[in-house]
Amino acid sequence: MSKLSSISRKVPQILRHGILACTGLFALLPFIWMVSLSLKPQEDIFAADFHLWPSQFSGVENYTAAFVSAPMLHFLANGIFVCAAIFLVQLIVCVPCAYALAKLRFCGKDTLFAAVLVGILIPPQALAIPHFIMLYLFGILNTYASLIVPWMISAFGIFLLRQFFRSIPDETLQAARLDGLGEFEIIWRIMLPMSTPAIAAFGIFSVVAHWNDLFWPLIAVRDQEISTPALGILLFRDDETGQSLGPLMAGSVIIVTPLLLAFLAAQRRFIDGMASTAAK
Amino acid sequence: MANIHLDTIAKGYGETAVLKGVSIDIRDGEFLTLIGPSGCGKSTLLRIIAGLETQDSGSIAVDGDIIDGKRPKERDVAMVFQSYALYPHYTIYDNIALPLRTRRLSNAQRFPLLGSLVPGRQTIEVGIRQEVGNVAEMLGISHLLDRKPGQLSGGQRQRVALGRAMVRHPKIFLMDEPLSNLDAKLRVQMRAEIVDLHRRLGVTFVYVTHDQAEAMTMSDRVAVMIGGDVLQIAPAEELYRNPDDIRVAEMIGSPKINVVARKHWRIGAPQFALPDSQIAFRPESATIAAPSGGMLEGNVAGIENLGADIFVKVELGDAGPMVVRRAPGERRLEIGESVSVITDAAHMLVFDAAGKRVRPVERIAA
Repeated sequence: MSKLSSISRKVPQILRHGILACTGLFALLPFIWMVSLSLKPQEDIFAADFHLWPSQFSGVENYTAAFVSAPMLHFLANGIFVCAAIFLVQLIVCVPCAYALAKLRFCGKDTLFAAVLVGILIPPQALAIPHFIMLYLFGILNTYASLIVPWMISAFGIFLLRQFFRSIPDETLQAARLDGLGEFEIIWRIMLPMSTPAIAAFGIFSVVAHWNDLFWPLIAVRDQEISTPALGILLFRDDETGQSLGPLMAGSVIIVTPLLLAFLAAQRRFIDGMASTAAK
Repeated sequence: MANIHLDTIAKGYGETAVLKGVSIDIRDGEFLTLIGPSGCGKSTLLRIIAGLETQDSGSIAVDGDIIDGKRPKERDVAMVFQSYALYPHYTIYDNIALPLRTRRLSNAQRFPLLGSLVPGRQTIEVGIRQEVGNVAEMLGISHLLDRKPGQLSGGQRQRVALGRAMVRHPKIFLMDEPLSNLDAKLRVQMRAEIVDLHRRLGVTFVYVTHDQAEAMTMSDRVAVMIGGDVLQIAPAEELYRNPDDIRVAEMIGSPKINVVARKHWRIGAPQFALPDSQIAFRPESATIAAPSGGMLEGNVAGIENLGADIFVKVELGDAGPMVVRRAPGERRLEIGESVSVITDAAHMLVFDAAGKRVRPVERIAA
């Protein structure tokens, strides 16, 4: 009897985990496929029958090819530079904006915040042509600046940080003012350290979006020298390797791995940041 | 050392007037308590003194100098907040040292990361360490300096907040309900410590509370605020014995003063009390007598035995309930028993229909 009840208690649990595992597998499938292809030789990839496990391993050849025939490390360095620059500039812009919207009293504050919300609603693709023309007029197309400038102001970042800043008690800021801190010092010494979860969450959003972005670099940049990883892979396919899917997939694995590692390291922070904004 | 002169301070948020022209003179070295129900404007007044809010009209002078336009850091005031408002990411040491650092280090020396390389910083830091150490010792928190505020109990955080306020020797100490987050026992202990601190520092304290026990036990004078007005400023004893307004009488004293309208008094009401006036008396100045032997008739509705005192709640019918204090050892009363209440004219406080105190004519003449 007790055995039966313990089984019946476990059934929903097993069911739940089963469903989660299935959806997880569904999301992972492209990645598994990518890793599998990156380990297979060319003839294995185009073989008529389908099998996940390579019949013979040529992982070493594929990964070497990816590194040798394309400046993969250069793409990665470009990606790190561009993402870091974007995130840094976004922070410099968003943090004071968010602080003003969350904690200061001034005329037109609500209108300004409404403008920020509207800014979130506009898809970046809609701005691609105006941005392109603007950068053309500035004469900075096909430079690092063209990859960074359009993303300097993040409406989403302002919104996310504003929501978090609002949860920091006013009394703490008033104490800081009485202790003699100026407004910028309050931002740097009080607001920033107290908002690390929100900043980490925003950082992950920003870095993931721009690391993976293919759309904008494809428009703004033609030069392999300054390509970000996603664009680099594309150029590399066109010019050098043609149909050699194995090295191409190896390249894809190489550009995805840093992101996965970064996400795993910051996972807890990411969830904290999301949960805290959702609860407001 | 500073006296504060508040001259008709008014403040409103939109349509609602929070302060309606408050004038108070706070003497040098005085412990003044602002007491009132929540929303009476007492905290707003404190924030205006600190410079965290700006008044709509009126002005503030400290030692004769108008400080209206000055920013909080230029006013030489320190404030202790209800939530303590410690910086959670700093250690206790850094929390207490921050006000000294912002005042003594130059902008270059305070610059993030690079500041510690600027010459001269090390000598100043040594001085700061000395002073933080002194303050921590005075408050008994020396062993906590390496911890973060999150690891401290409420009473310890309270002490840190006091330390952060004390460390730069301000002219004026402002406290906004600093004890309301502590448990009852700790509150009594901290009450004594703050009074002791005031005596040792000798600076002007302005203390905001809604707890009349704190106001009564700690202050030199108490200002009672209701609805944005100051009703009376006097030593606690004076407020208790001789209130100017029925709202002051009701706020000070526990249990609350008894108020019975003139028309319910069969006999014994003072001659000068007009028919629409109200007569108030403290629970300890009334006695219980046999039915129909006293001034007010009623039934015993409840008995609270606190050991040293017994409070008897008497239901007076239309006139509502009232409380009489009895000494233990008097005859036991039963719930529902009919009794009467006697009080003597000397202890009766008469208020007119608007709640203002009415005093006998001969006393005014004298």
